[in-house]
Amino acid sequence: MSDTYEINGQDTGADEAEAPVTEVLPLDAWHRARGGRMVEFAGYWMPVQYEGIIAEHTWTRESAGLFDVSHMGQLFISGEGVEAALEAVLPIDLATLKPYGPRYSLLLDDEGGILDDLMVTRWTEGFYLVVNGATKWDDLGHLREALPDAVTINHLEDSALLALQGPLAFAALDRVVSGEYPLSALTFMKGGQFKLAGVDAWISRSGYTGEDGFEISIPAEAAAAVADLLRAQPEVKPIGLGARDSLRLEAGLPLYGHDLSPETSPVEADLTFGINKRRRAEGGFPGATRILAELANGAPRKRVGLKLEGRQAAREGALVFAGNEQVGVLTSGGFSPTLNHPIAMAYVTAAQAAPGTALEIELRGKRLPAVVVPMPFVPHRYHR
Amino acid sequence: MPRYFTQDHEWIEVDGDTGTVGITDYAQGQLGDITYVDLPEVGAVLKKGDAPCVVDSVKAASDVYAPVSGTVTDVNEALGDEPELVNTDPETGGWLFRVKLADAGELDGMMDQAAYDAYVAGL
Repeated sequence: MSDTYEINGQDTGADEAEAPVTEVLPLDAWHRARGGRMVEFAGYWMPVQYEGIIAEHTWTRESAGLFDVSHMGQLFISGEGVEAALEAVLPIDLATLKPYGPRYSLLLDDEGGILDDLMVTRWTEGFYLVVNGATKWDDLGHLREALPDAVTINHLEDSALLALQGPLAFAALDRVVSGEYPLSALTFMKGGQFKLAGVDAWISRSGYTGEDGFEISIPAEAAAAVADLLRAQPEVKPIGLGARDSLRLEAGLPLYGHDLSPETSPVEADLTFGINKRRRAEGGFPGATRILAELANGAPRKRVGLKLEGRQAAREGALVFAGNEQVGVLTSGGFSPTLNHPIAMAYVTAAQAAPGTALEIELRGKRLPAVVVPMPFVPHRYHR
Repeated sequence: MPRYFTQDHEWIEVDGDTGTVGITDYAQGQLGDITYVDLPEVGAVLKKGDAPCVVDSVKAASDVYAPVSGTVTDVNEALGDEPELVNTDPETGGWLFRVKLADAGELDGMMDQAAYDAYVAGL
């Protein structure tokens, strides 16, 4: 049997000349003590699973899953002229960004390629950004170069980040949280400052599973106490990276480094909601020439969802065909535990992107039938 | 009937000139939830080390290597509806395929149960 792990997003760094040392996150011992099977991911040891991916996936869809996402980069950006400086690097309209509500945005290169996808929240004195773990060092370099000297970038390396996701996440968190206003004041994509296990916690009602849920930023030294408190709630079990990947795939949410890259534009990636209205009118963001043209005329290819027939899953890199013509390539794929059949994301030519289009995926010399379907594959259940 | 093991975590149980092949309990535990098994065709001619079979789990597709050379005589059709048998019963009901051995000498030097258990304990 071949010894392969193909979790989307795994970055072993194995083919780099100088393999970086794998770092340890604040909850490393906590995961190991609870049976987490640790793998290298984005330069850190992280739990890929505890009791099993399908069991953890199903638990999150039915109850509440606790995810450690402390590998992600938490940044605080402030200073004179910070709004204009951020608008110069992101296609976001900060004039319409109210305090404490995260908004999805995209870090773009000058050709309109995606360097990262991220969340931007307006805090009182500046902006709180959450960026991907595998890209955070490149993001920091890019931002340091692009932002003027008067703007300060704080990398919040002493903060841990947890996510509590699922239909019972509110019930579990509400029982143990306190603050100036109740947790129920938060609807989807709203955030606020709370107390949790005696420490300050920045909590937003957001996540990466398609379920209702919360993302919780806390001091690293309190991470184990907060994780223990949440884990002690009967609705909550810890969930590994494996189920995180299958959950986000079902939710139709792209994963940077796989479904998004410098080779993909926001229009191709079907993320045009990340190009805010005023910015479409005014331009003036990186790659605007290409992106505005694609918004007007369409992009040559598009990220779509595929439903596969049968039970055999196809994965990243598999080629997509319409008859004899190669029309695309898979960027994510796997078995959907909720739907009980394989699903995938692919970039296909615009002519083949309409829902209902019948295509084939090449796998080990065979052709698997597949059909373009709308995403999300599993409906979102956000608390709006 | 004698049972042999490979370092790649396949087992083969030999009855006369026919061997039944599967993956070990350790292997299924490493793979996690198995969702599909791509079995070889009956009649396929295998060389030792070929990868005639793929076990798909939620996280990965993994090749199963032929522990010996020979001709496939039978495959476990039950896995079509119940691929999870490889998780729940890997070393009996979750067998994968049977092969008519081309050269019984290929079994020489393969691990027995005790040697395999010691090998896994050292991983």
